[in-house]
Amino acid sequence: MKSSPAAVAGEALRLASGGGVRVPAAILLLLVAAALLGPLLSPHDYFTMDLSGRLQPPALEGARLFGTDDLGRDLFVRSMSGARVTLLVAVVASLVSLVIGVTYGALAGYAGGRIDAFMMRMVDALYALPFMFLVILLMVAFERNFLLIFVAIGAINWLDMARIVRGQTLALKQREFVSAAELIGVTPAAIVFRHVVPNLLGVVVVYMTLTIPQAILVESFLSFLGLGVQEPQTSLGALVNDGIAQMERAPWMLLIPATILALVLMSFNFLGDGLRDVLDPRLRER
Amino acid sequence: MLRFALLRILSAIPTLFLVVVLAFLMVHAAPGGPFDQERVLPPENARNLAAAYHLDEPLPRQFGRYVSRLVRGDLGPSYYYRDHSVSDLIGAALPKSLQLGLLSMALALLVGISAGTTAALKRDTLLDRFVTGFSMTGISVPVFVIAPLLVLVFAVQLRWLPASWSGSAGLDRLLLPVLALSLPQIAYVTRLVRASMIEVLSSDFIRTARAQGLSTMSIIRYHALKPAMLPVVSYLGPATAAVLTGAVVVEIVFGVPGLGQLFVRGALNRDYTLVLGIVIFYAILIILLNLLVDLLYGFLDPRIREA
Repeated sequence: MKSSPAAVAGEALRLASGGGVRVPAAILLLLVAAALLGPLLSPHDYFTMDLSGRLQPPALEGARLFGTDDLGRDLFVRSMSGARVTLLVAVVASLVSLVIGVTYGALAGYAGGRIDAFMMRMVDALYALPFMFLVILLMVAFERNFLLIFVAIGAINWLDMARIVRGQTLALKQREFVSAAELIGVTPAAIVFRHVVPNLLGVVVVYMTLTIPQAILVESFLSFLGLGVQEPQTSLGALVNDGIAQMERAPWMLLIPATILALVLMSFNFLGDGLRDVLDPRLRER
Repeated sequence: MLRFALLRILSAIPTLFLVVVLAFLMVHAAPGGPFDQERVLPPENARNLAAAYHLDEPLPRQFGRYVSRLVRGDLGPSYYYRDHSVSDLIGAALPKSLQLGLLSMALALLVGISAGTTAALKRDTLLDRFVTGFSMTGISVPVFVIAPLLVLVFAVQLRWLPASWSGSAGLDRLLLPVLALSLPQIAYVTRLVRASMIEVLSSDFIRTARAQGLSTMSIIRYHALKPAMLPVVSYLGPATAAVLTGAVVVEIVFGVPGLGQLFVRGALNRDYTLVLGIVIFYAILIILLNLLVDLLYGFLDPRIREA
Protein backbone atom coordinates (compact mmCIF):
# COMPACT_ATOMS: atom_id res chain seq x y z
CA MET A 1 0.00 0.00 0.00
CA LYS A 2 1.74 3.10 -1.20
CA SER A 3 0.51 6.59 -0.65
CA SER A 4 1.73 9.77 -2.26
CA PRO A 5 2.87 12.56 0.05
CA ALA A 6 0.16 14.82 -1.36
CA ALA A 7 -2.50 12.26 -0.49
CA VAL A 8 -1.12 11.89 3.02
CA ALA A 9 -1.00 15.64 3.54
CA GLY A 10 -4.52 15.96 2.14
CA GLU A 11 -5.77 13.20 4.39
CA ALA A 12 -4.11 14.85 7.37
CA LEU A 13 -5.72 18.17 6.55
CA ARG A 14 -9.12 16.54 6.12
CA LEU A 15 -8.87 14.78 9.46
CA ALA A 16 -7.94 17.94 11.28
CA SER A 17 -11.46 19.24 11.63
CA GLY A 18 -10.58 21.48 14.57
CA GLY A 19 -8.93 24.85 14.27
CA GLY A 20 -5.56 23.35 15.25
CA VAL A 21 -4.39 23.05 11.68
CA ARG A 22 -6.71 25.31 9.73
CA VAL A 23 -5.82 28.61 11.35
CA PRO A 24 -2.02 28.37 11.00
CA ALA A 25 -2.41 26.91 7.51
CA ALA A 26 -4.62 29.83 6.49
CA ILE A 27 -2.21 32.39 7.97
CA LEU A 28 0.71 30.77 6.16
CA LEU A 29 -1.14 30.70 2.83
CA LEU A 30 -1.99 34.37 3.24
CA LEU A 31 1.61 35.24 4.06
CA VAL A 32 2.95 33.27 1.13
CA ALA A 33 0.44 34.90 -1.21
CA ALA A 34 1.36 38.35 0.13
CA ALA A 35 5.08 37.61 -0.21
CA LEU A 36 4.61 36.49 -3.82
CA LEU A 37 2.02 39.03 -4.98
CA GLY A 38 2.64 42.01 -2.68
CA PRO A 39 5.70 43.36 -4.48
CA LEU A 40 3.84 43.12 -7.83
CA LEU A 41 0.88 45.15 -6.59
CA SER A 42 2.91 47.92 -4.99
CA PRO A 43 4.15 50.81 -7.18
CA HIS A 44 7.52 50.59 -5.37
CA ASP A 45 10.42 48.14 -5.51
CA TYR A 46 12.74 46.84 -2.82
CA PHE A 47 15.96 48.61 -3.83
CA THR A 48 15.13 52.13 -5.04
CA MET A 49 16.20 54.71 -2.49
CA ASP A 50 14.33 57.95 -1.95
CA LEU A 51 16.53 60.20 0.11
CA SER A 52 13.83 62.87 0.44
CA GLY A 53 11.39 60.31 1.93
CA ARG A 54 13.45 58.61 4.59
CA LEU A 55 11.99 57.06 7.75
CA GLN A 56 8.39 57.81 6.82
CA PRO A 57 5.89 56.17 9.19
CA PRO A 58 3.32 53.79 7.69
CA ALA A 59 0.63 55.65 5.72
CA LEU A 60 -1.86 55.00 2.95
CA GLU A 61 -0.65 58.11 1.21
CA GLY A 62 1.78 57.28 -1.59
CA ALA A 63 1.10 53.56 -0.98
CA ARG A 64 3.68 53.45 1.84
CA LEU A 65 1.75 50.82 3.80
CA PHE A 66 4.66 49.97 6.12
CA GLY A 67 6.50 53.28 5.78
CA THR A 68 10.09 53.61 4.56
CA ASP A 69 13.50 52.72 5.96
CA ASP A 70 16.52 54.89 6.70
CA LEU A 71 17.42 54.96 2.99
CA GLY A 72 13.88 55.79 1.89
CA ARG A 73 13.20 52.30 0.54
CA ASP A 74 9.63 51.02 0.73
CA LEU A 75 9.29 48.80 3.78
CA PHE A 76 6.21 46.94 2.56
CA VAL A 77 7.95 45.66 -0.55
CA ARG A 78 11.14 45.00 1.40
CA SER A 79 9.25 43.00 4.03
CA MET A 80 7.49 40.95 1.40
CA SER A 81 10.59 40.23 -0.64
CA GLY A 82 12.43 39.55 2.62
CA ALA A 83 9.75 37.04 3.58
CA ARG A 84 10.12 35.50 0.13
CA VAL A 85 13.88 35.05 0.61
CA THR A 86 13.42 33.69 4.14
CA LEU A 87 10.79 31.17 3.04
CA LEU A 88 12.80 30.11 0.00
CA VAL A 89 15.95 29.54 2.04
CA ALA A 90 13.97 27.62 4.64
CA VAL A 91 12.20 25.35 2.16
CA VAL A 92 15.35 24.56 0.20
CA ALA A 93 17.36 23.98 3.38
CA SER A 94 14.64 21.67 4.68
CA LEU A 95 14.73 19.74 1.43
CA VAL A 96 18.48 19.32 1.78
CA SER A 97 18.10 18.07 5.34
CA LEU A 98 15.25 15.84 4.22
CA VAL A 99 17.30 14.16 1.51
CA ILE A 100 20.29 13.59 3.81
CA GLY A 101 18.20 12.60 6.84
CA VAL A 102 15.85 10.22 5.02
CA THR A 103 18.66 8.50 3.14
CA TYR A 104 20.82 8.14 6.24
CA GLY A 105 18.00 7.08 8.54
CA ALA A 106 16.46 4.60 6.11
CA LEU A 107 19.82 3.00 5.33
CA ALA A 108 20.73 2.69 9.02
CA GLY A 109 17.34 1.30 9.96
CA TYR A 110 17.23 -1.16 7.08
CA ALA A 111 20.84 -2.32 7.53
CA GLY A 112 20.29 -2.90 11.24
CA GLY A 113 22.77 -4.55 13.59
CA ARG A 114 26.28 -3.19 13.88
CA ILE A 115 26.03 -0.82 10.92
CA ASP A 116 22.91 0.72 12.43
CA ALA A 117 24.54 1.02 15.85
CA PHE A 118 27.61 2.68 14.37
CA MET A 119 25.62 5.09 12.19
CA MET A 120 23.48 6.13 15.13
CA ARG A 121 26.51 6.63 17.37
CA MET A 122 27.77 9.04 14.68
CA VAL A 123 24.49 10.95 14.90
CA ASP A 124 24.83 11.10 18.69
CA ALA A 125 28.36 12.46 18.34
CA LEU A 126 27.24 15.08 15.82
CA TYR A 127 24.55 16.27 18.21
CA ALA A 128 27.29 17.49 20.54
CA LEU A 129 28.81 19.79 17.91
CA PRO A 130 28.27 23.50 18.44
CA PHE A 131 26.69 23.71 14.99
CA MET A 132 25.66 27.32 15.00
CA PHE A 133 29.23 28.34 15.57
CA LEU A 134 30.57 26.08 12.85
CA VAL A 135 28.05 27.64 10.47
CA ILE A 136 29.18 31.13 11.42
CA LEU A 137 32.74 29.99 10.76
CA LEU A 138 31.67 28.59 7.40
CA MET A 139 29.87 31.78 6.40
CA VAL A 140 32.81 33.97 7.29
CA ALA A 141 35.36 31.68 5.67
CA PHE A 142 33.49 31.25 2.40
CA GLU A 143 32.38 34.80 1.81
CA ARG A 144 28.66 34.48 2.43
CA ASN A 145 27.83 32.39 -0.58
CA PHE A 146 24.04 32.33 -0.87
CA LEU A 147 23.98 28.70 -1.98
CA LEU A 148 26.13 27.78 0.98
CA ILE A 149 23.49 29.07 3.40
CA PHE A 150 21.08 26.42 2.13
CA VAL A 151 23.61 23.65 2.36
CA ALA A 152 24.89 24.70 5.78
CA ILE A 153 21.43 24.94 7.29
CA GLY A 154 20.39 21.66 5.70
CA ALA A 155 23.51 20.03 7.06
CA ILE A 156 22.50 21.05 10.59
CA ASN A 157 18.94 19.92 10.53
CA TRP A 158 19.16 16.39 9.20
CA LEU A 159 19.97 14.73 12.52
CA ASP A 160 16.42 14.72 13.93
CA MET A 161 15.05 13.57 10.61
CA ALA A 162 17.55 10.70 10.47
CA ARG A 163 16.52 9.52 13.94
CA ILE A 164 12.82 9.58 13.20
CA VAL A 165 13.18 7.91 9.82
CA ARG A 166 15.38 5.19 11.28
CA GLY A 167 12.80 4.40 13.95
CA GLN A 168 10.04 4.17 11.37
CA THR A 169 12.19 2.03 9.09
CA LEU A 170 12.86 -0.46 11.87
CA ALA A 171 9.10 -0.92 12.21
CA LEU A 172 8.45 -1.08 8.47
CA LYS A 173 11.16 -3.70 7.98
CA GLN A 174 9.00 -6.23 9.82
CA ARG A 175 6.09 -5.81 7.43
CA GLU A 176 5.08 -8.46 4.89
CA PHE A 177 5.63 -6.39 1.78
CA VAL A 178 9.30 -5.96 2.64
CA SER A 179 9.73 -9.70 3.21
CA ALA A 180 7.91 -10.33 -0.07
CA ALA A 181 10.26 -7.99 -1.91
CA GLU A 182 13.26 -9.71 -0.34
CA LEU A 183 11.84 -13.09 -1.32
CA ILE A 184 11.57 -12.24 -5.01
CA GLY A 185 15.14 -10.91 -4.98
CA VAL A 186 14.71 -7.14 -5.06
CA THR A 187 18.06 -5.50 -4.26
CA PRO A 188 18.41 -3.87 -0.81
CA ALA A 189 18.85 -0.41 -2.36
CA ALA A 190 15.63 -0.81 -4.34
CA ILE A 191 13.78 -2.03 -1.25
CA VAL A 192 14.92 0.99 0.72
CA PHE A 193 14.15 3.62 -1.89
CA ARG A 194 11.14 2.05 -3.69
CA HIS A 195 9.33 0.38 -0.83
CA VAL A 196 10.46 1.74 2.52
CA VAL A 197 10.95 5.44 1.79
CA PRO A 198 7.58 6.05 0.07
CA ASN A 199 5.85 4.64 3.14
CA LEU A 200 7.74 7.07 5.36
CA LEU A 201 6.60 10.16 3.52
CA GLY A 202 3.66 10.91 5.80
CA VAL A 203 5.87 11.24 8.85
CA VAL A 204 8.50 13.07 6.82
CA VAL A 205 6.04 15.66 5.56
CA VAL A 206 4.89 16.38 9.10
CA TYR A 207 8.43 16.70 10.38
CA MET A 208 9.31 18.97 7.52
CA THR A 209 6.75 21.48 8.78
CA LEU A 210 8.77 21.40 12.01
CA THR A 211 12.22 21.66 10.38
CA ILE A 212 11.19 24.65 8.26
CA PRO A 213 10.86 26.98 11.27
CA GLN A 214 14.23 25.75 12.55
CA ALA A 215 15.78 26.58 9.19
CA ILE A 216 14.08 29.99 9.24
CA LEU A 217 15.61 30.62 12.66
CA VAL A 218 19.11 29.77 11.46
CA GLU A 219 18.79 31.89 8.35
CA SER A 220 17.45 34.91 10.20
CA PHE A 221 20.07 34.46 12.91
CA LEU A 222 22.82 34.58 10.27
CA SER A 223 21.21 37.57 8.55
CA PHE A 224 20.90 39.24 11.93
CA LEU A 225 24.66 38.90 12.39
CA GLY A 226 25.13 40.39 8.93
CA LEU A 227 26.34 37.07 7.54
CA GLY A 228 23.25 36.15 5.53
CA VAL A 229 21.86 37.67 2.34
CA GLN A 230 23.64 40.66 0.84
CA GLU A 231 22.26 44.17 0.33
CA PRO A 232 20.13 45.34 -1.40
CA GLN A 233 18.53 41.92 -1.11
CA THR A 234 17.03 41.29 2.26
CA SER A 235 15.42 38.72 4.52
CA LEU A 236 13.26 39.00 7.61
CA GLY A 237 16.27 38.55 9.90
CA ALA A 238 18.23 41.25 8.06
CA LEU A 239 15.22 43.60 8.31
CA VAL A 240 15.00 43.03 12.06
CA ASN A 241 18.69 43.85 12.29
CA ASP A 242 18.16 47.09 10.31
CA GLY A 243 15.21 47.88 12.55
CA ILE A 244 17.28 47.60 15.72
CA ALA A 245 19.60 50.33 14.49
CA GLN A 246 16.67 52.72 13.94
CA MET A 247 14.34 51.66 16.72
CA GLU A 248 14.41 54.94 18.62
CA ARG A 249 13.49 57.07 15.62
CA ALA A 250 11.45 54.57 13.61
CA PRO A 251 10.05 51.74 15.76
CA TRP A 252 7.96 50.41 12.86
CA MET A 253 11.17 49.37 11.12
CA LEU A 254 11.68 46.86 13.94
CA LEU A 255 8.08 46.02 14.81
CA ILE A 256 6.80 45.13 11.34
CA PRO A 257 9.44 42.61 10.23
CA ALA A 258 9.66 41.20 13.77
CA THR A 259 5.91 40.58 13.79
CA ILE A 260 5.95 38.93 10.37
CA LEU A 261 8.86 36.70 11.38
CA ALA A 262 7.17 35.69 14.63
CA LEU A 263 3.91 35.01 12.77
CA VAL A 264 5.63 32.78 10.22
CA LEU A 265 7.48 30.82 12.91
CA MET A 266 4.39 30.45 15.08
CA SER A 267 2.24 29.29 12.19
CA PHE A 268 4.74 26.63 11.16
CA ASN A 269 5.12 25.40 14.75
CA PHE A 270 1.37 25.21 15.31
CA LEU A 271 0.85 23.56 11.92
CA GLY A 272 3.54 20.97 12.59
CA ASP A 273 2.17 20.25 16.05
CA GLY A 274 -1.36 19.95 14.73
CA LEU A 275 -0.36 17.66 11.87
CA ARG A 276 1.62 15.47 14.23
CA ASP A 277 -1.40 15.13 16.49
CA VAL A 278 -3.52 14.12 13.52
CA LEU A 279 -0.99 11.58 12.33
CA ASP A 280 -0.23 10.13 15.74
CA PRO A 281 -2.89 10.85 18.37
CA ARG A 282 -0.74 9.09 20.96
CA LEU A 283 1.70 12.00 20.85
CA ARG A 284 -0.98 14.53 21.75
CA GLU A 285 -0.32 16.47 24.94
CA ARG A 286 3.40 16.32 24.40
CA MET B 1 27.32 3.67 38.66
CA LEU B 2 31.08 4.27 38.47
CA ARG B 3 31.41 1.98 35.46
CA PHE B 4 28.54 3.80 33.79
CA ALA B 5 30.20 7.16 34.43
CA LEU B 6 33.60 6.00 33.16
CA LEU B 7 32.09 4.56 29.98
CA ARG B 8 30.30 7.81 29.26
CA ILE B 9 33.45 9.87 29.83
CA LEU B 10 35.45 7.63 27.48
CA SER B 11 32.83 7.87 24.75
CA ALA B 12 32.98 11.68 24.91
CA ILE B 13 36.61 11.71 23.77
CA PRO B 14 36.05 10.71 20.11
CA THR B 15 33.29 13.32 19.88
CA LEU B 16 35.62 16.00 21.11
CA PHE B 17 38.32 14.89 18.69
CA LEU B 18 35.81 15.08 15.84
CA VAL B 19 34.96 18.66 16.78
CA VAL B 20 38.62 19.67 16.87
CA VAL B 21 39.33 18.08 13.46
CA LEU B 22 36.23 19.59 11.82
CA ALA B 23 36.79 23.08 13.19
CA PHE B 24 40.51 22.98 12.41
CA LEU B 25 39.95 21.88 8.81
CA MET B 26 37.22 24.45 8.28
CA VAL B 27 39.39 27.27 9.53
CA HIS B 28 42.37 26.20 7.46
CA ALA B 29 40.41 25.50 4.29
CA ALA B 30 39.09 29.06 4.36
CA PRO B 31 40.42 31.31 1.63
CA GLY B 32 42.16 34.44 2.88
CA GLY B 33 44.61 34.50 5.75
CA PRO B 34 44.54 36.23 9.12
CA PHE B 35 47.15 38.73 7.99
CA ASP B 36 45.40 39.85 4.80
CA GLN B 37 45.08 43.60 5.02
CA GLU B 38 44.37 46.54 2.78
CA ARG B 39 48.08 47.15 2.51
CA VAL B 40 49.89 44.24 0.89
CA LEU B 41 52.91 43.17 2.93
CA PRO B 42 56.28 42.76 1.23
CA PRO B 43 56.76 39.02 0.48
CA GLU B 44 59.70 38.89 2.87
CA ASN B 45 57.60 40.10 5.81
CA ALA B 46 54.67 37.90 4.90
CA ARG B 47 56.96 34.88 4.89
CA ASN B 48 58.43 35.79 8.27
CA LEU B 49 54.99 36.30 9.74
CA ALA B 50 53.81 32.94 8.40
CA ALA B 51 56.92 31.25 9.78
CA ALA B 52 56.47 32.84 13.21
CA TYR B 53 52.99 31.35 13.46
CA HIS B 54 54.03 28.07 11.75
CA LEU B 55 51.58 28.75 8.91
CA ASP B 56 54.18 27.62 6.35
CA GLU B 57 54.22 24.04 7.57
CA PRO B 58 52.14 21.26 6.02
CA LEU B 59 48.64 20.94 7.48
CA PRO B 60 49.13 17.65 9.40
CA ARG B 61 52.19 19.15 11.16
CA GLN B 62 50.20 22.25 12.10
CA PHE B 63 47.39 20.07 13.37
CA GLY B 64 49.76 17.97 15.46
CA ARG B 65 51.30 21.10 16.92
CA TYR B 66 47.85 22.50 17.71
CA VAL B 67 46.59 19.31 19.37
CA SER B 68 49.72 18.82 21.46
CA ARG B 69 49.33 22.36 22.79
CA LEU B 70 45.60 21.88 23.22
CA VAL B 71 45.94 18.90 25.57
CA ARG B 72 48.09 21.11 27.76
CA GLY B 73 45.29 23.68 27.80
CA ASP B 74 47.09 26.15 25.54
CA LEU B 75 44.92 27.51 22.73
CA GLY B 76 47.75 29.48 21.13
CA PRO B 77 48.19 33.21 20.44
CA SER B 78 45.43 35.37 19.01
CA TYR B 79 46.15 36.50 15.44
CA TYR B 80 44.27 39.76 15.78
CA TYR B 81 44.83 40.90 19.34
CA ARG B 82 48.56 40.45 18.93
CA ASP B 83 49.67 40.58 22.56
CA HIS B 84 47.01 38.27 23.98
CA SER B 85 46.69 34.52 24.10
CA VAL B 86 43.35 32.98 23.18
CA SER B 87 43.06 31.51 26.68
CA ASP B 88 43.44 35.00 28.19
CA LEU B 89 40.78 36.46 25.92
CA ILE B 90 38.35 33.64 26.72
CA GLY B 91 39.15 33.96 30.42
CA ALA B 92 38.38 37.68 30.39
CA ALA B 93 35.07 37.30 28.54
CA LEU B 94 33.84 34.14 30.26
CA PRO B 95 32.64 35.57 33.62
CA LYS B 96 30.10 37.89 31.94
CA SER B 97 28.74 35.13 29.73
CA LEU B 98 28.66 32.71 32.63
CA GLN B 99 26.71 35.21 34.71
CA LEU B 100 24.15 35.69 31.93
CA GLY B 101 23.90 32.01 31.08
CA LEU B 102 23.58 30.65 34.59
CA LEU B 103 21.07 33.29 35.69
CA SER B 104 18.97 32.68 32.59
CA MET B 105 18.97 28.93 33.06
CA ALA B 106 18.11 29.28 36.75
CA LEU B 107 15.25 31.64 35.93
CA ALA B 108 14.04 29.34 33.14
CA LEU B 109 14.00 26.29 35.43
CA LEU B 110 12.35 28.13 38.32
CA VAL B 111 9.58 29.77 36.29
CA GLY B 112 9.22 26.91 33.81
CA ILE B 113 8.82 24.19 36.43
CA SER B 114 6.34 26.20 38.50
CA ALA B 115 4.29 27.30 35.50
CA GLY B 116 4.33 23.84 33.92
CA THR B 117 3.26 22.14 37.14
CA THR B 118 0.49 24.68 37.74
CA ALA B 119 -0.80 24.24 34.19
CA ALA B 120 -0.77 20.45 34.59
CA LEU B 121 -2.73 20.65 37.85
CA LYS B 122 -5.28 23.09 36.39
CA ARG B 123 -5.49 21.22 33.11
CA ASP B 124 -7.96 22.55 30.52
CA THR B 125 -8.84 25.63 32.56
CA LEU B 126 -8.42 29.17 31.32
CA LEU B 127 -5.13 29.43 33.23
CA ASP B 128 -3.80 26.32 31.48
CA ARG B 129 -4.79 27.71 28.06
CA PHE B 130 -3.02 30.94 28.88
CA VAL B 131 0.18 29.18 29.99
CA THR B 132 0.16 26.87 26.96
CA GLY B 133 -0.44 29.76 24.58
CA PHE B 134 2.33 31.77 26.16
CA SER B 135 4.82 28.93 25.94
CA MET B 136 4.00 28.21 22.29
CA THR B 137 4.52 31.89 21.52
CA GLY B 138 7.76 31.94 23.49
CA ILE B 139 9.11 28.96 21.58
CA SER B 140 8.30 30.60 18.27
CA VAL B 141 9.74 34.06 18.85
CA PRO B 142 13.51 34.09 18.43
CA VAL B 143 15.87 35.80 20.89
CA PHE B 144 16.91 38.42 18.35
CA VAL B 145 13.29 39.55 18.14
CA ILE B 146 12.67 39.47 21.90
CA ALA B 147 15.87 41.29 22.85
CA PRO B 148 15.35 44.46 20.76
CA LEU B 149 11.64 44.52 21.68
CA LEU B 150 12.57 44.51 25.37
CA VAL B 151 15.00 47.35 24.74
CA LEU B 152 12.35 49.28 22.83
CA VAL B 153 9.77 48.95 25.59
CA PHE B 154 11.77 49.06 28.83
CA ALA B 155 14.77 51.16 27.86
CA VAL B 156 13.69 53.45 25.02
CA GLN B 157 10.00 54.07 25.81
CA LEU B 158 9.68 53.60 29.58
CA ARG B 159 13.31 54.36 30.46
CA TRP B 160 13.21 51.99 33.42
CA LEU B 161 16.34 50.03 32.64
CA PRO B 162 19.63 50.68 30.87
CA ALA B 163 19.69 49.74 27.18
CA SER B 164 23.28 48.58 27.24
CA TRP B 165 25.82 46.93 29.48
CA SER B 166 27.97 50.04 29.70
CA GLY B 167 24.96 52.19 30.62
CA SER B 168 25.12 51.08 34.25
CA ALA B 169 27.43 49.38 36.68
CA GLY B 170 24.78 47.90 38.94
CA LEU B 171 22.74 44.75 38.78
CA ASP B 172 20.04 46.42 36.68
CA ARG B 173 22.18 46.01 33.57
CA LEU B 174 21.75 42.24 33.92
CA LEU B 175 17.97 42.30 34.01
CA LEU B 176 17.04 42.79 30.35
CA PRO B 177 19.74 40.51 28.90
CA VAL B 178 18.82 37.71 31.31
CA LEU B 179 15.12 38.14 30.56
CA ALA B 180 15.71 38.09 26.80
CA LEU B 181 17.90 35.02 27.04
CA SER B 182 15.59 33.09 29.35
CA LEU B 183 12.16 33.75 27.81
CA PRO B 184 12.41 31.08 25.08
CA GLN B 185 13.85 28.64 27.63
CA ILE B 186 11.05 29.39 30.10
CA ALA B 187 8.58 28.63 27.33
CA TYR B 188 10.28 25.37 26.47
CA VAL B 189 10.68 24.13 30.03
CA THR B 190 7.05 25.01 30.80
CA ARG B 191 5.89 22.90 27.86
CA LEU B 192 8.06 19.96 28.83
CA VAL B 193 7.06 20.02 32.50
CA ARG B 194 3.35 20.40 31.74
CA ALA B 195 3.38 17.37 29.42
CA SER B 196 5.42 15.10 31.69
CA MET B 197 3.56 16.22 34.82
CA ILE B 198 0.22 15.33 33.21
CA GLU B 199 1.58 11.89 32.39
CA VAL B 200 3.04 11.32 35.87
CA LEU B 201 -0.07 12.57 37.66
CA SER B 202 -2.21 10.02 35.81
CA SER B 203 -0.02 7.07 36.83
CA ASP B 204 -0.97 4.44 39.39
CA PHE B 205 1.42 5.37 42.19
CA ILE B 206 0.01 8.88 42.30
CA ARG B 207 -3.49 7.48 42.56
CA THR B 208 -2.28 5.35 45.47
CA ALA B 209 -0.80 8.42 47.14
CA ARG B 210 -4.10 10.26 46.64
CA ALA B 211 -6.00 7.31 48.12
CA GLN B 212 -3.79 7.52 51.19
CA GLY B 213 -5.09 11.02 51.66
CA LEU B 214 -1.93 12.99 50.89
CA SER B 215 -2.42 16.62 49.99
CA THR B 216 -1.80 17.76 46.42
CA MET B 217 1.20 19.79 47.55
CA SER B 218 2.96 16.86 49.19
CA ILE B 219 2.11 14.53 46.29
CA ILE B 220 3.81 16.95 43.93
CA ARG B 221 6.74 17.50 46.23
CA TYR B 222 7.52 13.95 47.34
CA HIS B 223 6.19 11.79 44.50
CA ALA B 224 5.52 13.53 41.22
CA LEU B 225 8.30 16.08 40.88
CA LYS B 226 11.25 13.70 40.58
CA PRO B 227 9.92 11.49 37.78
CA ALA B 228 8.41 14.51 36.01
CA MET B 229 11.84 16.14 35.86
CA LEU B 230 13.34 13.51 33.52
CA PRO B 231 12.48 15.28 30.24
CA VAL B 232 13.73 18.57 31.68
CA VAL B 233 17.04 16.97 32.61
CA SER B 234 17.51 15.56 29.13
CA TYR B 235 16.66 18.97 27.71
CA LEU B 236 19.55 20.59 29.63
CA GLY B 237 22.04 19.57 26.91
CA PRO B 238 20.18 21.18 24.00
CA ALA B 239 19.29 24.09 26.30
CA THR B 240 22.96 24.85 26.86
CA ALA B 241 23.53 24.95 23.12
CA ALA B 242 20.50 27.22 22.71
CA VAL B 243 21.61 29.55 25.49
CA LEU B 244 25.13 29.78 24.02
CA THR B 245 23.65 30.69 20.62
CA GLY B 246 21.17 33.09 22.16
CA ALA B 247 23.95 34.69 24.17
CA VAL B 248 25.62 35.74 20.92
CA VAL B 249 22.53 37.77 20.03
CA VAL B 250 21.95 39.13 23.52
CA GLU B 251 25.58 40.16 23.94
CA ILE B 252 25.50 42.00 20.62
CA VAL B 253 22.17 43.75 21.25
CA PHE B 254 23.13 44.84 24.77
CA GLY B 255 26.84 45.32 24.14
CA VAL B 256 27.98 42.79 26.74
CA PRO B 257 31.71 42.07 26.29
CA GLY B 258 31.22 38.30 26.66
CA LEU B 259 32.21 35.16 24.76
CA GLY B 260 29.51 35.39 22.10
CA GLN B 261 30.56 38.86 21.08
CA LEU B 262 34.20 37.81 21.16
CA PHE B 263 33.36 34.94 18.83
CA VAL B 264 31.52 37.02 16.25
CA ARG B 265 34.19 39.72 16.28
CA GLY B 266 36.87 37.06 15.99
CA ALA B 267 35.08 35.54 13.02
CA LEU B 268 34.72 38.91 11.27
CA ASN B 269 38.40 39.73 11.95
CA ARG B 270 39.46 36.32 10.63
CA ASP B 271 41.15 35.70 13.97
CA TYR B 272 41.25 31.97 13.34
CA THR B 273 42.99 30.79 16.50
CA LEU B 274 40.51 32.73 18.61
CA VAL B 275 37.50 31.38 16.74
CA LEU B 276 38.86 27.85 16.79
CA GLY B 277 39.55 28.15 20.51
CA ILE B 278 36.03 29.34 21.29
CA VAL B 279 34.39 26.62 19.19
CA ILE B 280 36.42 23.97 20.99
CA PHE B 281 35.64 25.57 24.33
CA TYR B 282 31.90 25.52 23.53
CA ALA B 283 32.12 21.91 22.39
CA ILE B 284 33.77 20.88 25.64
CA LEU B 285 31.07 22.74 27.56
CA ILE B 286 28.26 21.04 25.63
CA ILE B 287 29.87 17.60 25.90
CA LEU B 288 30.44 18.04 29.63
CA LEU B 289 26.85 19.09 30.15
CA ASN B 290 25.56 16.13 28.20
CA LEU B 291 27.73 13.93 30.38
CA LEU B 292 26.34 15.52 33.51
CA VAL B 293 22.83 15.03 32.16
CA ASP B 294 23.46 11.33 31.58
CA LEU B 295 24.77 10.91 35.12
CA LEU B 296 21.90 12.89 36.59
CA TYR B 297 19.51 10.76 34.59
CA GLY B 298 20.99 7.63 36.06
CA PHE B 299 20.57 9.16 39.49
CA LEU B 300 16.93 10.13 38.91
CA ASP B 301 15.89 6.94 37.18
CA PRO B 302 17.56 3.76 38.50
CA ARG B 303 16.22 1.73 35.56
CA ILE B 304 18.65 3.50 33.21
CA ARG B 305 21.64 2.83 35.45
CA GLU B 306 21.02 -0.89 35.31
CA ALA B 307 20.68 -1.08 31.54
